Amino acid sequence: MNFITRLRKFPFWSWLWFIIGALYFILPLLATFEFSLSWDPANPLKAYQRAFEDNRFWNSFMYSNVLALATIVVSIILIVPTAYWIRLRLPQARRIVEFITLMPFVVPAIILVFGLIRIYSTPFSIPFTDVVFMQPLTNFKMGTNILIVGGYVVLAMPYMYRSVDTGMRTVDIRTLTEASQSLGANWFVIITRVILPNIRAALLSGALLTFAIVVGEVTLASFLGVNAFGPYLFLLGQHRAYEPAALSFVSFLLTWLAMGLIQLVTGGQGQAAGTH
Amino acid sequence: MTHLALKNVSKHFGNFTAVRDFNLDVNKGEFVSFLGPSGCGKTTTLRMIAGFEIPSSGEITINGADITNKSPNQRNVGMVFQSYALFPNMTVAQNIGFGLQVRKEKEADVKDRVAEMLSIISLESKADSYPYQLSGGQMQRVALARALAIRPEVLLLDEPLSALDAKIRVSLRGEIRSIQQKLGITAIYVTHDQEEALSLSDRIVVMNIGEMEQIGTPFEIYNFPTTVFTANFVGTLNTTSGEVLDPLKGLVTVDGVQFESASDIKSKRKGDKVRVAIRPERFNFVSQEKKANILDCTIESINFLGSIVRIQVKIGNTKFFVDTFNNPFLDLPNIGAKDQVTCSKEAVLVLDE
Repeated sequence: MNFITRLRKFPFWSWLWFIIGALYFILPLLATFEFSLSWDPANPLKAYQRAFEDNRFWNSFMYSNVLALATIVVSIILIVPTAYWIRLRLPQARRIVEFITLMPFVVPAIILVFGLIRIYSTPFSIPFTDVVFMQPLTNFKMGTNILIVGGYVVLAMPYMYRSVDTGMRTVDIRTLTEASQSLGANWFVIITRVILPNIRAALLSGALLTFAIVVGEVTLASFLGVNAFGPYLFLLGQHRAYEPAALSFVSFLLTWLAMGLIQLVTGGQGQAAGTH
Repeated sequence: MTHLALKNVSKHFGNFTAVRDFNLDVNKGEFVSFLGPSGCGKTTTLRMIAGFEIPSSGEITINGADITNKSPNQRNVGMVFQSYALFPNMTVAQNIGFGLQVRKEKEADVKDRVAEMLSIISLESKADSYPYQLSGGQMQRVALARALAIRPEVLLLDEPLSALDAKIRVSLRGEIRSIQQKLGITAIYVTHDQEEALSLSDRIVVMNIGEMEQIGTPFEIYNFPTTVFTANFVGTLNTTSGEVLDPLKGLVTVDGVQFESASDIKSKRKGDKVRVAIRPERFNFVSQEKKANILDCTIESINFLGSIVRIQVKIGNTKFFVDTFNNPFLDLPNIGAKDQVTCSKEAVLVLDE
């Protein structure tokens, strides 16, 4: 094969668009990284040191992690049985549920948070009486935590539902369920020992997307007045120059680490499910 | 003694009737096949026995106990699926032991039973393999072992060999039958493959559009079909319209050609329209053997089908298939040649139009 033939076979345009796309994503990241190292030429990692020395960083970061874990657990408890039941018994409801799961893309987070505050900032009383049986959720910390996790479950729903639904599509949920039932398994055993292990890659994928959304979320956390990582990063950006760049870069690294984990886990299961 | 019984079982999906008034008694250790085309209701009937569908009316009993409304996990009925349905996250041994673990049997008992089942299906070396590491035939053997490990009252097999290639199908069906006989388990087998049903079953239920067409041993079903559908569906059959000529002598005519039949048509009257059915292998050329019906024919075409040669002949204006065993010394007639074929009067089946 001569050079001209090789040149003709080279997918020039595909590569050109790929490189332009890659540069669009990589250049800002490189610029951020380069900027985060430029605070003190004698100590390029000074911005990272300062950021990590700040207790507010660790507190807000850990708090966001806990919120993310709670969101993931609640999402799995709500969405896995729902997606499972729709695939198994209510396929006609799938379009309606898919529409509902898309709502967070249509309704902005600011509307959601105002709605939450409006409804849950008044005391809960027995209808037609003045008997209050619960204070407003916004009035105490645990109540606010419940509210914010509820809000995050809604925001993460499109990602979690699609991940779980796609995972269920790759294994024959109906037949596996019937096989388990004929062997004597009840619903709890079927879900925990047959369904969940076979969609673990999809669950992990949904969980990591949820994690990324919650850790970086600003609107809900700001308006509900919690010290989460998103508002902290936002405030830091208003008063400092180098630390926000360092923390942004660290966030990217964490996301990439998460993506790597998804690839690692999905690769193994894909082989098992694919030949089934 | 009746082990499994279905009494007046029907199943409706909206306005569609999938199974209508189905009655069946299956004895302990019997192997019964449901045979029929797609949509005939055979799988729906099987799923009602398994508990995946609840009958719209009727009753299903095992050992006299009503299981009609019991959930599938309370019936102790093992099921083998067409798509194997092995749990991808579990090894072969874990798959086989799953039902026993669910029943909270002792770990040692589970281990022993799994080893016993692995030995029955001759897959001891694959105990720690995952389903994706097995061939189709091996996966189906594991599925069979898994269904049998729980010592089910009834074993249900839903077209278990359909996804396998021809050679594996033949060897595995022999294996299924020998394991079923060895364990003395009652089995219901759903298939649309007549060869499978004929070779495996103690009895065959031929089904058509939700109803039982005929029930009988493979010998009865093949040789003495009672309906046109059974006659056409099981085996290859020449069927054509005929007319009763002499009910007392069993004479019918097809396009003016007279056939003598052993079928009881005494209740019919001269001139009644009937279906005349003759299996291709029941014809012989006159040079080979002389039987009751000696019929002039013209050779139309010759097809080789492996072990048999199928010759199409024209008798009067009607075309019939004639089968003869293939061998290298076979003296085949020429196409277009005039010849004579013969068949016994028992071979001429007269069915209702």
